[in-house]
Amino acid sequence: MTANSPSEQELLEMHRRMVLTRCLEETLGEMHKAGRTRGPIHRCDGQEAVGVGATAALAAEDFVTTTHRGHAVYLGRGLDPRRVVAEIFGRETGYCAGRGGHMLLGDVETGMLGGNAIVGASIPAATGMALSMQLQGAARVALAVFGDGAAQTGICHESMNIAALWRLPVVFLLEHNAYGLTVHHSAQSSVPELSARAAGYGMPGETIDGNDVVAVFQAVAQAVQRARRGDGPSLIEARTYRLEGFSTSDMGGYQPEDEIAKWRARDPIMLSRARLAEALGAARVAACEAAARAEMDAAFETALADPMPGFTPHAPSAPYSEPPDGGGR
Amino acid sequence: MAMMRYAEALNLALREEMARDDSVFVFGEDVAAYGGVFKVTQGLAEAFGDRVRDTPISEQTLTAMAVTAAMAGSRPVLEIMYADFLPLSLDALINQASVYHYIWNGQVSMPFVLRTQGGGGVGTGAQHAKSLDAMVAHVPGLKVVAPVTPADARALLKAAIRDPHPVIFLEHKLLYNLRGEVPEEDDAPGEIGRARLVREGGDVSIFATSRMVLEAEKAADDLAGDGIAAEVIDLRSLRPLDLGAITASVAKTNHAVVVNEGWRFCGYTAELAATIMDRAFDDLDAPVERVATRDMPIPYAETLEREVIPDAAAIAAAARRALA
Repeated sequence: MTANSPSEQELLEMHRRMVLTRCLEETLGEMHKAGRTRGPIHRCDGQEAVGVGATAALAAEDFVTTTHRGHAVYLGRGLDPRRVVAEIFGRETGYCAGRGGHMLLGDVETGMLGGNAIVGASIPAATGMALSMQLQGAARVALAVFGDGAAQTGICHESMNIAALWRLPVVFLLEHNAYGLTVHHSAQSSVPELSARAAGYGMPGETIDGNDVVAVFQAVAQAVQRARRGDGPSLIEARTYRLEGFSTSDMGGYQPEDEIAKWRARDPIMLSRARLAEALGAARVAACEAAARAEMDAAFETALADPMPGFTPHAPSAPYSEPPDGGGR
Repeated sequence: MAMMRYAEALNLALREEMARDDSVFVFGEDVAAYGGVFKVTQGLAEAFGDRVRDTPISEQTLTAMAVTAAMAGSRPVLEIMYADFLPLSLDALINQASVYHYIWNGQVSMPFVLRTQGGGGVGTGAQHAKSLDAMVAHVPGLKVVAPVTPADARALLKAAIRDPHPVIFLEHKLLYNLRGEVPEEDDAPGEIGRARLVREGGDVSIFATSRMVLEAEKAADDLAGDGIAAEVIDLRSLRPLDLGAITASVAKTNHAVVVNEGWRFCGYTAELAATIMDRAFDDLDAPVERVATRDMPIPYAETLEREVIPDAAAIAAAARRALA
């Protein structure tokens, strides 16, 4: 037992949220095939342990920013599945009343700010929140979730340098799923282990098993504590794998079958299930999973019956409109 | 009233707002220890400590950080040393700052100010002399202001800092030493969205921005010698535009000249000309005349730079064409 070991209850809750996420992704996949989704959907099947384990290590007042593939962060942070599904289907009842969509969901209440579909942009986003917390003297931490593709952007370097220089309360969680769209990480990075870069900024860096939700929780919890103490940022490289394509519009063909098979055998939900079954008994784990599936099914049923937004007067649109005529000078 | 330089008026506004509101902070390249390369932030670090920060040369990230620091409860004022560096800030402005209020359905506001300075005339060359006003004014969700007088510099910077939405604050390198009266005792913020009537006249309206307002005033002097009464209006709020001021003046003079130091093609003058067409076509006795920078890189040599950037003579000539 380390200081950051989750309790059995926490483990079960993380498992539940991973299963919720998988149900969301699988149902979205089916609905895409049936032509019922709009725009590309970026599924995170196989990566659930990263978003769920990391957000479980945050305090309620902390912030998290994520990527275009953020469903595990949304549900890991405790967002209401019904309102998440409603946003993905552009409903008025969604977190952003259908204005954001599945990639750009944000929720102030939980500090989930938010999904970001410009690769790399979640990194300075969390860094800026951390700067604000430092200036306000608040012991609140910002977690940046980003991918191995994002790690190659200039803003990633700039953010890490600034965060380390000013000892900002930010945690950089690199969700390494092996592909930047279709390009393997070996064709994108000069070093095989991206955590090695942390040394260049004078911050701690480690590579962990991103399919082990406990390993993710523990590493992030430690980095969050360090950030909250005022000791500055850390880089955690969580190695995982994208089992489905880049998005629902990906035609595939570039992920070798044996590579997929290898990672399927290490499915994070399977690993978590085995661990929990040993501790709590298989029946309790199965009941938890059945409840999660039922909750997501109900979320789809309710959300899909919710109304679409109308293009009617809308207060958040006001700053985008030119002022009415008149006024003088 | 106190006489002060434009740079001093900006400094006063920053001091006043930082003293009034602890959430205001200033960051950017060379702004703390050195006081800014144009000395706008002189002495602020001594007065406000950690709330004034020198940064690495990382404009993309600094702009993105301003957006989310603002979202998280701060009021950042970011200095981008030259407007020519704005392209580095564009993702944060166009894909981040401008969208969140809308796509998150009003959950967040982003009270930050990006201060920068543009314009040519002193041999700074193609990468340090541009006016990219149109590039930022193009974006729904960004406000853009460009004060000309020291009084407006102070009042509009205060308004920008207090505004709940992102404001791009455009200064001009040739304005920093301009002196003018500033009503020190009145520390009310200005109003973004209002034009300034610089000079009344009944024959032709000249709508200008930033330093071009000073050139327009010289042009008006020249025109007066020919008995032409030009009305000069300072469009100090580039977005939102003061449509009422524009249409009222055109209704009076029936002739319009629009002036901006940015490029002509797809430039700010194109928007102004189209706006006047849309809103005041029936009042026009002649086509709107545009005065803008030539569509080419800003040359270094003085003889060449003078030919590329508009001046009073070009504005006066445009007014005469409009009246011909």
